[in-house]
Amino acid sequence: MNKESTETLSVVTEREMPHPPEKIWRALTQQPLIEEWLMKNDFEPRVDHRFKFRADWGEVDGQVLAVEPNKTLTYTWVAMGLESVVTWTLTPTSTGTHVRVEQTGFRPDQQRAYNGAKYGWQQFFAALEQVVARTD
Amino acid sequence: MLFKTLADPTRRAIFERLCREGEQTVRALTARSGVSQPAVSKHLRVLKHAGLVRDRHEGRQTHYSPQLGALAPLIDWTSQMAGFWQRRFDHLEDLLKRMDR
Repeated sequence: MNKESTETLSVVTEREMPHPPEKIWRALTQQPLIEEWLMKNDFEPRVDHRFKFRADWGEVDGQVLAVEPNKTLTYTWVAMGLESVVTWTLTPTSTGTHVRVEQTGFRPDQQRAYNGAKYGWQQFFAALEQVVARTD
Repeated sequence: MLFKTLADPTRRAIFERLCREGEQTVRALTARSGVSQPAVSKHLRVLKHAGLVRDRHEGRQTHYSPQLGALAPLIDWTSQMAGFWQRRFDHLEDLLKRMDR
């Protein structure tokens, strides 16, 4: 295991929502609520619990890694060749909650290339993504 | 191919500069690269072969521009998932509004 952990890519999405963290936590962790905004599931907010998200386009296999009620939730997200970890962070604000989701991972078909590369890919991709975003 | 092409730091620096600053001549690229013009030209040929740059001849000068589309296989899943989470956040907000009732 050399540089695998640092040679992944990540996606961050964040948004302020005018709702308390407790309420958002329920939407993130209760099966019928998860189904309403994400996918059908057998999720449980319990460390080590294995679950599936199901959609028309396929399935996501996951396992809960960390649970801190109303604050953070981390699970693995393995789907369509993507091996990743999803981390939710809820931060209370004066008007509601700052919701942040970060997905970090890699595709196995890129893994060898990532492992073989001993260069600052992370930084490189961050810079490139900014460039790509600007050219949209 | 892309990784191999961009693994060389000098070549990567040339490509990054083209991404940052747009189309440039070999001469302009050489001026700040710290390597000789033939070396820069060689790096540009490799980048062109990988589809990362395109050349355009104008008089005696050759202008090179970056081809960001060639990077799609590398950044694909992240842009896919970024769009996915944005849409899911919209659904989540709709649900949160409904939960108030």
